[in-house]
Amino acid sequence: MARVVFDHVSKHFGAVRAVDDVSFDIEDGEFICLLGPSGCGKTTTLRLMAGLEQPTSGRIAVDDRDVTFAKPKERDVGMVFQDYALFPHMTIAENIAYPLKVRGAPAKDRAARTADVAQSLGIDHLLERRPGQISGGQQQRTSVARAVVHKPKVFLFDEPLSNLDAKLRVEARSFLKHLQVELGVTALYVTHDQAEAMALADRIAVMEGGRVVQMGPPLEVYRKPATTFVANFLGNPPMNLVPVKLRLDGGRARLQAAGLDVAVDPGRASRFRDGADLTLGVRPEHLRLVPDAGEATFTGSVYTVEPLGPETLITCTVDGQLVTARLFGDEPPELGDTAHFRIDEHHLELFDDAGVRVER
Amino acid sequence: MRLLRLVLTRATFYAAAAIFAALFAIPLVWLLFAPFDARANLAVRLPHPFTLANFGKVFANAFAVRALFQNSIIQAGGAMLLVTLLATLAAYALSRSPIRGKDLLSYGLVLFSSIVTGTAAMVPLFLLIYSLGLIDTQLGVILVFTGGLLPAAIFIMRDFVDSIPRSYEESALVAGASAWGMFKDIALPIVRPGMMVVAVWTFVNVWGGFFVPFILLRSPSNMPASVAIYSFYTEGGTPIITLTTAYSLLYTLPVLALYLFVNWRYGFRFFGGIKS
Repeated sequence: MARVVFDHVSKHFGAVRAVDDVSFDIEDGEFICLLGPSGCGKTTTLRLMAGLEQPTSGRIAVDDRDVTFAKPKERDVGMVFQDYALFPHMTIAENIAYPLKVRGAPAKDRAARTADVAQSLGIDHLLERRPGQISGGQQQRTSVARAVVHKPKVFLFDEPLSNLDAKLRVEARSFLKHLQVELGVTALYVTHDQAEAMALADRIAVMEGGRVVQMGPPLEVYRKPATTFVANFLGNPPMNLVPVKLRLDGGRARLQAAGLDVAVDPGRASRFRDGADLTLGVRPEHLRLVPDAGEATFTGSVYTVEPLGPETLITCTVDGQLVTARLFGDEPPELGDTAHFRIDEHHLELFDDAGVRVER
Repeated sequence: MRLLRLVLTRATFYAAAAIFAALFAIPLVWLLFAPFDARANLAVRLPHPFTLANFGKVFANAFAVRALFQNSIIQAGGAMLLVTLLATLAAYALSRSPIRGKDLLSYGLVLFSSIVTGTAAMVPLFLLIYSLGLIDTQLGVILVFTGGLLPAAIFIMRDFVDSIPRSYEESALVAGASAWGMFKDIALPIVRPGMMVVAVWTFVNVWGGFFVPFILLRSPSNMPASVAIYSFYTEGGTPIITLTTAYSLLYTLPVLALYLFVNWRYGFRFFGGIKS
């Protein structure tokens, strides 16, 4: 258990800034997800934490101890790799016990601790097998077992679920969450899967181009995305982003685009001039179907209808722009219909021309 | 009609296969039979009269026995250990370090070592070994063979080392291993099949090498079996077939034993990497 501090950490590979001035704190026992598309620097950040890379500048501390340039073995971390990296020439038991072995633990303690961990992870019947002889899910658990066996201070995950099939992934996800809570270990988890990050994290750090663009609890990041990038990255389907023009008319403010016209609190738009280009953001679940054009904020023609069981996704074209609505229980419109939607203002987000969220 | 054609096709195939097999097998069969034949000549025939006396005479030749069971073993074994060790370390370094042009380097080494070899390199090699004061020493022979075989050995080893995912080593490091511990616990066991390939290949090359020890060694007590076999020639320069074959048979046994041992213990694989 430990508190982790990243203090203005950068890592350059030649001219590439893989990690660019990243600062954050991880509280003791907290589960942090680094979320972002490939190449955003999240894995490099994790490797900096593990000691597999050394930062170009900045400082990393664990429990107030500076570990910026410490070797991996001096850091007391456990790590689960994307490909699990189980040693193919060792049995499962030897794999799990390896961190204890290199720390010089007596063979008897090693065996006891290995058996303990294997049992709690449900892989105790596999101890004599080799990694090639067990399934992907079992390999993943073995890899987790090896990472926790020496009770590390910080637990690191590099996309540990990406090699599992969809069903197993959800199962393994809840298992990891449960395990982390049970162990109470500080965890840093890298993923490009927003659902995984939402489900697991106490806080999510969304990364783009080597920088942390937003960090906060999952629902906060989901509800108040700091930029259009975050808005577009979180949620499936992501937030609808529609370019609009601001119309200031007397004391009133309206956002307009072809097929769309919505009034907003003038206070929100106060710092912009009439005719400013803004981006309107709205989550698919916040589009309400209304029967006629009178109540509607926008109108579009139905492009696809995707029934998913509990919900139906309706995608409409509005002046060449695709807007997706998530409907629960409503009688969905059919392909080619004209559909009228209403957006309540408190569900509506505004982004300026740089893509930064406008605070209410 | 169809049956006849089938039979004929098959018969032709087997006949052709038998001829090819015989081409390879006959010299080996001859090597197996001739040593036990009191009146062996170049013909392949069952030993008649059967005798072990040829081996008796071979073992009476102290020079040849020492060459085979001491000098050849020292030279081939020494080069084998040296080449395997150096090739593994070099291949590992070449594979893992960010040296620019490392591929060019290993290709270049292989190219030169295969072009500049044997006779062409012998004069400078002789001068080099002479100025090092290693003429007529086993070490000189071992070093020359090691130098000659290393590039290709490194090349073979690199294939094995390159196939180890980096994450294996990284996961060992994060688990708390030192750099040496990681190499010893993870990399070495995984590339062991490659080391075995290189070891056997080196051993066989040195074991059969004639020219290098012939030029670099002087005293009979240092000669390996490949040179000592000429002690079973008459003064006129013709081989005494009974004795050369008996000696040759003994000469093949260590290589055969080594091959069988390695194959039994580790198995041969030319392409590295363990699929997990």
